[in-house]
Amino acid sequence: MSQARKEEEVRRGVFIRRALVVGGIQFGALGFLGWRLRKLQVEEGERYATLAEENRISARLVAPPRGRVLDREGRVVAGGQLNWRALIVAEEARDVPAVLETFGRIVPLSEAERGRIEREVRRRRRFIPVTVREFLTWEEMARIELNAPDLPGISVDVGTIREYPEREHMAHVVGYVAPPAEADMGEDPLLELPGIRVGRAGVERFHDRVLRGQAGSIRLEVNAVGRVIRELDRREGQPGQDIGISVDAELQRTVRARCQEGTSAVVLDCRNGEVLAMATQPSFDPNIFNAGVSTAQWRDWTSRRQTPLINKTTNGLYAPGSTFKMVVALAALEARACTPTDRVTCPGYYDLGDTRFHCHARYGHGSLDMRGGIKASCDVYFYEMAKRTGIDRIAAMANRLGLGVDLEIELPGTRRGLVPTRAWRQAQGKPWNLGDTVVHGIGQGFYQLTPLSLAVMTARLASGRALQPHLTRTIGGRPARGADPENWPSLGIPERDLRLVREAMWAVVNEDGGTARIGRLPPGLGQMAGKTGTTQVRRVSREARERGFRVESLPREWRPHALFVGFAPHEAPRYAVCVVVEHGTSGSGAAAPIARDIMADTITRFRREGAPGGRVAQAQGGPRP
Amino acid sequence: MIREHGTYERRLLMRGPDFGILEKFPAIPWLFVLLLCALAGVGYVALLSAGGGSAEAYASRHALRFGFGLVLMLSLCLVDIRVIARLAWPAYAVTAGLLVLVLLHGNVGKGAQRWIELGPLQLQPSELMKIALVLALASWFRRAPWERMGNPLFLLPPAFAVAVPMALILKQPNLGTALITGMIGAAMFWAAGVRWWKFAILLAGAAFAAPIAYERLHDYQRARITTFLDPESDPLGAGYNIIQSKIALGSGGMWGKGFMQGTQGHLNFLPEKQTDFIFTMIAEEFGLVGALGTLGLLALVIAFAMLTALRCQHQFGRLLALGLGVNFFLYVFVNIAMVTGSIPVGGVPLPLISHGGSAMITVMLGFGLLGSAYVHRDAEFASSSEKGLL
Repeated sequence: MSQARKEEEVRRGVFIRRALVVGGIQFGALGFLGWRLRKLQVEEGERYATLAEENRISARLVAPPRGRVLDREGRVVAGGQLNWRALIVAEEARDVPAVLETFGRIVPLSEAERGRIEREVRRRRRFIPVTVREFLTWEEMARIELNAPDLPGISVDVGTIREYPEREHMAHVVGYVAPPAEADMGEDPLLELPGIRVGRAGVERFHDRVLRGQAGSIRLEVNAVGRVIRELDRREGQPGQDIGISVDAELQRTVRARCQEGTSAVVLDCRNGEVLAMATQPSFDPNIFNAGVSTAQWRDWTSRRQTPLINKTTNGLYAPGSTFKMVVALAALEARACTPTDRVTCPGYYDLGDTRFHCHARYGHGSLDMRGGIKASCDVYFYEMAKRTGIDRIAAMANRLGLGVDLEIELPGTRRGLVPTRAWRQAQGKPWNLGDTVVHGIGQGFYQLTPLSLAVMTARLASGRALQPHLTRTIGGRPARGADPENWPSLGIPERDLRLVREAMWAVVNEDGGTARIGRLPPGLGQMAGKTGTTQVRRVSREARERGFRVESLPREWRPHALFVGFAPHEAPRYAVCVVVEHGTSGSGAAAPIARDIMADTITRFRREGAPGGRVAQAQGGPRP
Repeated sequence: MIREHGTYERRLLMRGPDFGILEKFPAIPWLFVLLLCALAGVGYVALLSAGGGSAEAYASRHALRFGFGLVLMLSLCLVDIRVIARLAWPAYAVTAGLLVLVLLHGNVGKGAQRWIELGPLQLQPSELMKIALVLALASWFRRAPWERMGNPLFLLPPAFAVAVPMALILKQPNLGTALITGMIGAAMFWAAGVRWWKFAILLAGAAFAAPIAYERLHDYQRARITTFLDPESDPLGAGYNIIQSKIALGSGGMWGKGFMQGTQGHLNFLPEKQTDFIFTMIAEEFGLVGALGTLGLLALVIAFAMLTALRCQHQFGRLLALGLGVNFFLYVFVNIAMVTGSIPVGGVPLPLISHGGSAMITVMLGFGLLGSAYVHRDAEFASSSEKGLL
């Protein structure tokens, strides 16, 4: 016998012995299963047969009431309203189509409705009730109750639907609720209950878990036809908690009344970052989502040019234009690229190589220092500052002031915006030229910023603190973090530099030669400091410029956007405001007057109430110029 | 070449060009095929009941899939075992690639089983991997003499071949399938002749690592273990399935409630009655007699695999048949232990009986390989000196 032969014999012997062990284990295990089956089916069979045949345990979930959303004065901005509805429990009805047939003779049901009910009955567990019809009238309810014996498995109960008393005024802040989608199912058994709603946008979505609460459960003993014999036990759920937000519903209404189509406005408490008002025109009525949105309504919303479903304060992206000049000034000071007293002469244009950049003042501003540059909003001054400072330093300063970074606002889907850097451009495979830096010095170019982030920039300038915009003041009655100015760290920008910029912004509004004299507050309300911005949506050609073109001659959607940012009172800043008017033509003409009125409304509103409520009112913090 | 005289003629036939389709066809284990048809028939009846008496719901598709699987199996029976041995490692590599692919791009369903859509077919690479692993290990160990099996360096690559797919499946994350893959690997190592004390060390290590592993489990996996230990703790969630399954099983009694008469199943107390809990349905309607009958048929399949392993004249076929048998056994055991509340729930279907295309095709693929091992049980593998000829 050869070596290979011998090896094979050994191998075979080992395999047979070991395979017998494996087989033994397998058949032992199968024997165990057989023994287990005998135990379940014969020894304990009677017990289980009783459970199955006579007394079935039926478990039901109890939906907790959804928490409310309250404004800063405790007014309800999202709450519940009673909703009478008919439900069907499949395991009690047995023959669902027959019961629906009978039901349809009492309260008419369309084919589509019947199809939906039967689909849901199939998909869900037999003991979970399925909604047959919502929003029953008193008369329909009476008829159902009267015919109850013919409707096994049908019950009428009262649920709640979400109601938004402020209608379109708070829609973008509070958001709305809708029935859970297929994808939400499974994470929480609560979502399978009929009539349950989940937050789809805004605060409703951000705080969905807190507002939703936790399901309770009841275990019932039911007999073979589903009649309840007794309640076995009950586990109480946890009702959803109320959320208090910082927006003042009354101020919000006033602010929205000031806004025309395509306008968005944000008012922040610039000591702690609380959002006092956040308005977008046009808006939508979130109550419509309760009964389901019709196709026609949806088409109307999505096809309109002024997209009412979009919150423009957090999702609208605009170039900041001249409102960005404070950022460039602070970056230049920090980089020691200039001193506040360095002067730049503006002849009305700025030459860089072969390229000529124009100032908005056709024949120039003459010689200007930094204060003058901001006050007159001189483009040439800031072309020069940008060139001296460099784009990356400007971008770093913008990020510190809250531009182009993720903000902690409780509104899901808020856009970050874009503050370009050299690296960003190079990642696109394009070089960054000095000409680009110059253009970006006046807030034009690639910038894409939200009105909210510009309001944050203003509030940070005014307070010197790295505050975050936020809406939540209380959760379940307990105060949330972030209400005190001390909660926010310092920006780390020298107070001297900030004071210079604030002082120049004051001059913009209140001194002769400022670009926003129209923004002065009415007497007795203090003084506002601010800055205008006008950003082209289309390039102006040289020929047009030479012909002396008039912006009013353009079609509306080609006109520039108008912006204004400001804070007041100037000597102890309390409120920061940002207004953006799409295609408003000019910052001083369109945005500044609106911002002035909004600021006056805000000051009057809280003077009457005595400072924006709560314990923050006592803290008379805030830097003084 | 020295051969045993008794089977000399037969072996010559095997190696010669005359052992073609015509000779192979009658050699197919037709009794075994009949057994499979009987099991698929049990599945057809159970699915007919699960569908409320209508064949369209599940049963007709089940029959169609079985038919397709049968054709696949019979064709595989005719493929020369030596060709299969040569393709073992490439098959393993392709399947491992699919596992990586499914991690990156796959769809995640209930629990975490991942699959790829291939036209109308849903492919679960983790299921295929079990078979590919059996093939690969059988191929690795087929020529190893006893002395070599004691060499740790020789054992390192196959250990790696087990560990890699286990890690990939664990990452899906699918703890159950990863453990089953590991068990199949262990059975192959055992049968190939790895010294028993190495297994003792492995077991001790596992016992030591278990508490640490529990800490790292996902919440849903821990929930399964806790609801298994105390199903009443979550009567609406994960515990619901176990409680309802036991009620359904137990109420079936000795003779069952009769075809289509199972109240638990038909009142929809029983979840997933057409897939993972199909055995409960059978036990409720046909009682202990029906349940043990089905279990007996399944046991015969395992017995056939073991007998094929013992009758094979080459180590490759032996290991292949044993591995495939263990694979099938684990399906059966885990599923039935699950529905009787003996081990924590983990979505393993009952092969040949549950509704579901991916599992059916995978199982029939395995039986095709088993059939080939049976048909070619006397085939002569070239010794290492002759390697170049094949």
